[in-house]
Amino acid sequence: MKIKTLSDLNQIKKQSVEAAAKRDINHILTVNVHQGTCGAANGANEIYDVMVRQGETAHTHIIQTGCPGMCHNEPLISVTQPGSPPSVYGHVTPEKALAILDSHLKHHAPVAEWLINRNPTDIYMHQHRITLANCGVIDPERIEEYIALDGYFALAKVLLEMQPLDVINELKSSGLRGRGGGGFPTGQKWEFTHTAPGTQKYVVCNADEGDPGAFMDRSILEGDPHRLIEAMAIAGYAVGANQGYIYIRAEYPLALERLKKAIHQAQKTGLLGDNILGSGFTFHLDIRLGAGAFVCGEETALIHSIEGKRGEPRQRPPFPAASGLWGKPTLINNVETYANVPTIIRQGASWFSSIGTEKSKGTKVFALAGKIKNIGLIEVPMGTTLRTIIEDIGGGIPDGKRYKAAQTGGPSGGCIPTDMLDIAIDYDNLLAVGSMMGSGGLIVMDEDNCMVDIARFFLEFTQDESCGKCTPCRIGTKRMLEILDKITSGQGEADDIQQLESLATTIKSASICGLGQTAPNPVLSTLKYFRSEYEAHIYAKQCPAHACQNMLSYSIITDKCTGCSACARVCPNTAISGKAKEPYSIDQNLCVKCGMCMEKCKFDAIELL
Amino acid sequence: MPYIIDIEPEWSFAIDRIVAANTTPKEYQKPSQQSSSLIQILEQTQREIGYLPENVQAYLADKLNIPLSEIYGVTTFYSLFSTEPVGKHLISVCMGTACYVKGAGEIFAEFERRLNIKAGQTTEDRLFTLDACRCLGACGLAPVLTIDDQVYGRLTPSDVPDLLVPYGREASKKNKKIHILNTES
Repeated sequence: MKIKTLSDLNQIKKQSVEAAAKRDINHILTVNVHQGTCGAANGANEIYDVMVRQGETAHTHIIQTGCPGMCHNEPLISVTQPGSPPSVYGHVTPEKALAILDSHLKHHAPVAEWLINRNPTDIYMHQHRITLANCGVIDPERIEEYIALDGYFALAKVLLEMQPLDVINELKSSGLRGRGGGGFPTGQKWEFTHTAPGTQKYVVCNADEGDPGAFMDRSILEGDPHRLIEAMAIAGYAVGANQGYIYIRAEYPLALERLKKAIHQAQKTGLLGDNILGSGFTFHLDIRLGAGAFVCGEETALIHSIEGKRGEPRQRPPFPAASGLWGKPTLINNVETYANVPTIIRQGASWFSSIGTEKSKGTKVFALAGKIKNIGLIEVPMGTTLRTIIEDIGGGIPDGKRYKAAQTGGPSGGCIPTDMLDIAIDYDNLLAVGSMMGSGGLIVMDEDNCMVDIARFFLEFTQDESCGKCTPCRIGTKRMLEILDKITSGQGEADDIQQLESLATTIKSASICGLGQTAPNPVLSTLKYFRSEYEAHIYAKQCPAHACQNMLSYSIITDKCTGCSACARVCPNTAISGKAKEPYSIDQNLCVKCGMCMEKCKFDAIELL
Repeated sequence: MPYIIDIEPEWSFAIDRIVAANTTPKEYQKPSQQSSSLIQILEQTQREIGYLPENVQAYLADKLNIPLSEIYGVTTFYSLFSTEPVGKHLISVCMGTACYVKGAGEIFAEFERRLNIKAGQTTEDRLFTLDACRCLGACGLAPVLTIDDQVYGRLTPSDVPDLLVPYGREASKKNKKIHILNTES
């Protein structure tokens, strides 16, 4: 149906709420199958199909939803019996899913041994979900479900009760800062675009989530796409734009598909298009595809890419707020920033600013990954300590290993060592320790990770992604990478560290855009906190973490070797030989250091030197 | 003198269709915005044809009235586009941070050894192209790779030989169970 007025919107909400109440009265079981990209890759689509085929009855209500953020337990389903909290199940198979359904229907009880939310370290315990509130809860492909949870009511409030400047002031006093990296105050950005002269303006969403290890934008797009559409329409009204573009990366096919469906639904119901809710305000939204260039996360490069050109950045000023897409004033925010807006409008700036620290308000989503037990997507209030995130929410380091560092900010950020685990995470504290917020990737590393190798990994990334426009970034990162390659292959020389530091200073101060200005950060922060590892590589020609392949050799401990020949059979280069039941040996000239023998050996008879 | 572009007829039909679907009359009205859908057109063309050779770029330049140099510039700038034909199966090993700290580098090196090619190259029999790709955002399954549209996760280097089997590479002596994760629905 067309939604032409506020009462139409209320009507849809009422219908959905009534339908839910009816399900409660009739004791109908609600099953959420969590089908984000990682759920689907683990078989969630099959589970959904089987459940709909064999479990859909008058007593069940089976829906597909986005990711609830507990990636380590995929595939997941949540079963809700009216009157009780949802039971969340992990590592589900189609057979298990049907058995779970059976247990709930026949015995009105969960299958206790498969539950994951019985765990005392419930990962939601320290969380505060604002932007992810609907992810895993609603069916992202049905606009009614979003409306039932107050969706599009913020847009209605803005269009019918507020002036553009009221909206901007509300955002300014909420203290919301850009969640894409830099942390620029969002309200101020909106104000600049609002006051910029010109009749044609644009609103852009940066959904080119390029930081390796960050996937919060994908999760929002897959789990709650209407939130972004609503926020962009609000932004359009506030800055005076009636055209928006979402720049989304091609590597996210599911997010793209859900977003397209959501836009189509919003257009069909009249929540996008001409004269929205009878207010006279018109807003159109189009998608533009990113084609795999990290630098396009930088706003001027992103603008060039939307224009269909090479995604190279340019000097600022002029900032996009004054001269952006096709030279018109343009507002650019990322997905997570926009995702905060509808809730701020509905619940008020003072509610939002009561969460977080003095200078960083609200919450931040982190993609927790790497060497950590509970890999997943979490949303915590600003100011939560790193220790809470890693130990309480993340469940600590697996396999009894020791924590070494947490990396935030992706290729622009730095590593935070053990003795700083108690820092309260916000924009300023992270900058102070030589890292940055970035888009929110948080990769945990243990004692097996070599910090020089990690620095080299990031430099290789930025060097590869450097667009080549400015010399310090193009050539400087290449030179830094060469030095790091030299160090990690055992060819390091005494003045290499000094060379790295001098190059880093030049690149940081002389590059055009954020990519170059922050590219040396991983090297600088590891030099600051893990200098001894660099020195061990250079002077002792040793990799303390045994991670740099060119600096280690595999050998067989003769006392432990049983002569089972498992290692010889798996060796790709026939470097291992020996007689059955006698200790084997490795020919170092033939060994390619792949480590497969060590992985295969059941007797721990292969060691790394 | 008219410039004749030598292009396979089925390619030109496909491109004509893609161009028509992506250029709305509205965009013709604003010349400044005409090139805006270029990346989409290139992406769809590559999906149809497999890669973007020079004659395809020239044909597009002619169709869209954009200089060939500009199309070439865009094609070579973005990692999504390839000007070389790719193998029958594309192996993309995720090199995001989460995958890297969990050993994606060793898995990649194992592919290089097994297939005897380097990053971005195609095997002589045109069966496989090996690529390191940017973060797939499936960090919970790290290390992750895709072969065509199939996602494989939680791998070790010793899984590599078995991964290649379903795609036409000889089986290793001992077959091991591999973690095929997604099932087409």
